[in-house]
Amino acid sequence: MNKARVHLDRAHLHKLLRQMLRIRRFEAKCVELYQAQKIRGFLHLYDGEEAIAAGVMSALKPQDAVVATYREHGQALARGVSMNALMAEMMGKFEGTSRGRGGSMHVFDARTRFFGGNAIVGGGLPLAAGIAMADKRLKRGAVTACFFGEGAVGEGVFHETMNLAQLWKLPVLFICENNLYSMGVPFSDADVQTDVWRKAACYRMRSEQVDGMDPVAVQVAAQAAVESIRDNIANDDAGPVFLECRTYRFRAHSMFDTQAYRTRDEVERWRHLDPIEKLQSWMSSNQQITEAELARIDAEIDAELDNAVAFAAAGTLEPLADLERFVLMDAEPEAARWEASR
Amino acid sequence: MGSIAMSTSVPQRLTYREACKQAIRDALLADPRTFVMGEDVGKYGGCYGVTKGLLEEFGPERIVDTPLAENGFVGVGIGAAMAGLRPIVEIMTCNFSLLALDQILNNAATIPHMSGGQFAVPLVIRMATGGGRQLGAQHSHSLEGWFAHIPGLKVLAPGTVEDARFMLARALADPNPVLIFEHIVLYNAEATLDSNVKSVDIQHARLMHAGAGGRADVSLITYGNSLPKCLNAAHILASDGIVAEVLDLRVLRPLDEAAIFDSVRRTRRCVIVDEGWKSGSISAEIAARLAEHAFFDLDAPIARICAREVPMPYAEHLEEAALPKVADIVREAHRLVRSN
Repeated sequence: MNKARVHLDRAHLHKLLRQMLRIRRFEAKCVELYQAQKIRGFLHLYDGEEAIAAGVMSALKPQDAVVATYREHGQALARGVSMNALMAEMMGKFEGTSRGRGGSMHVFDARTRFFGGNAIVGGGLPLAAGIAMADKRLKRGAVTACFFGEGAVGEGVFHETMNLAQLWKLPVLFICENNLYSMGVPFSDADVQTDVWRKAACYRMRSEQVDGMDPVAVQVAAQAAVESIRDNIANDDAGPVFLECRTYRFRAHSMFDTQAYRTRDEVERWRHLDPIEKLQSWMSSNQQITEAELARIDAEIDAELDNAVAFAAAGTLEPLADLERFVLMDAEPEAARWEASR
Repeated sequence: MGSIAMSTSVPQRLTYREACKQAIRDALLADPRTFVMGEDVGKYGGCYGVTKGLLEEFGPERIVDTPLAENGFVGVGIGAAMAGLRPIVEIMTCNFSLLALDQILNNAATIPHMSGGQFAVPLVIRMATGGGRQLGAQHSHSLEGWFAHIPGLKVLAPGTVEDARFMLARALADPNPVLIFEHIVLYNAEATLDSNVKSVDIQHARLMHAGAGGRADVSLITYGNSLPKCLNAAHILASDGIVAEVLDLRVLRPLDEAAIFDSVRRTRRCVIVDEGWKSGSISAEIAARLAEHAFFDLDAPIARICAREVPMPYAEHLEEAALPKVADIVREAHRLVRSN
């Protein structure tokens, strides 16, 4: 793969930092609302992994598609899903992304081609291959970005999808967020090959390992991958690309996790690699951001969050009369007409 | 020479297998977004020969041989449908569909509702079902009743050549995931199609054998390969002086309750014939709904004839003993009529 040229100007660095901060602060707000019992159910937070969503989404275009997991708030925000609608979904409101039917784990947004948070580990992988197949056949020039954790590689469907995507040269960017634990099982206790990128290579897929704590490294790799896929779609020589992003989840797996499986020391070691702190301090010491600019970003995110919480709190509940609506669709959804027009 | 002109006017006699193939061929001709994907659908021509010749006519882009990866290629079909294609996925037999159950239930049946109606999954999955060909326990089961348990799916069971010929087009036009269960014994069944019929609905059950002069003594409620058995039974019963209605369910989800209740209200007795296992089956569902809604219309207890609750055995006599038989249907109908 040729290395993409990423213009790391001041504005772009600001964008990456702001995106990661938005995600971090959104998650912190979710914890608060969870403790206040405004958010219920399972809640999986993205703290520590923000560089991946921010980096990959910077490499995508509007026509591209995204498939994510149950830990997908970060991807949704970075993709441009409205924070208001996302927060309303967290709180089970009708104004949420999925009318409050999906919750934290099932964010869908047709407008940004966000094909869901999928809570069956590995369940999104063949969907992504199928979306890519449709985009390729319908000549949309689009790439599907498919996020999943390293836990997914234990599933048969991971291997089925690797093979199908490479066999049929489907324009998919696979992004493995390797945070070293599938819930509480260390990856090294669960798999004989812990370099996930090597598994993809076995399927003759172009693959590499990336520092998932560095948004610039992620974006450079993602952009090179997306460009090479896009350039080659037309001559049927695109094929997927696989990025293994090494990362770490700072918080518990979900809100019901005592973290008996890892040490405080280990968490602390990784916290020193915090992608936000690292980028921020680099930018400060290299005169890429001023205190005043940082304060302004903070204030803007504060305002956006306050707005989102107020929007969600003021939201309504889906009428019970609609409970069974969309079990069977009576017509094509808006998304289909919209897809057709692309 | 005149054969092309003739073919449009002469009633067409064809097999269920050929009807399935013509339906697929029509669909491929009608819509460039449609393609067939599955194990051995291309070079081999389909495990049961349904897609034979289509690879030559439509090429590998439209007739896609897959690796043996049911969960994977069904998932690909779901994603492709969500993003604008109209795939026809073939699963070789419904026993193999269990490998794809995660994708069918957790994605295809779930995403339209879970996404608040933002995404539809206009996908058709065809699969072979049923016993009677001595294929043993892992190729002979009838699992359509299981799938009929799942909200978000439509489940079709063509029991006639006409339905095999015309259900697919309606399934493809439907914005929902539609599963079509083709019975392996029916593939060789032949019928002459009414040249006036160009389409069928996928909502209603069909009365295949009606009473005489408004009188009927028993309803035989069935679908799939139990349909010809029930029609046979109805002829035998007629010679015994018992008038039987035969209701072909055609659609197992959503069930055409009105047709079921109407028939039973006329006959006041019913035998449900289902090749699935009895416990927790579609026959159980129908019996429960009759008990809920038509209890006081019944003159006799509901009777059910289902497959015996064993993994389908290979040996001919054992398999025959495990499947519903015409004699069982006749016997049960007699018992119900005699009982009052």
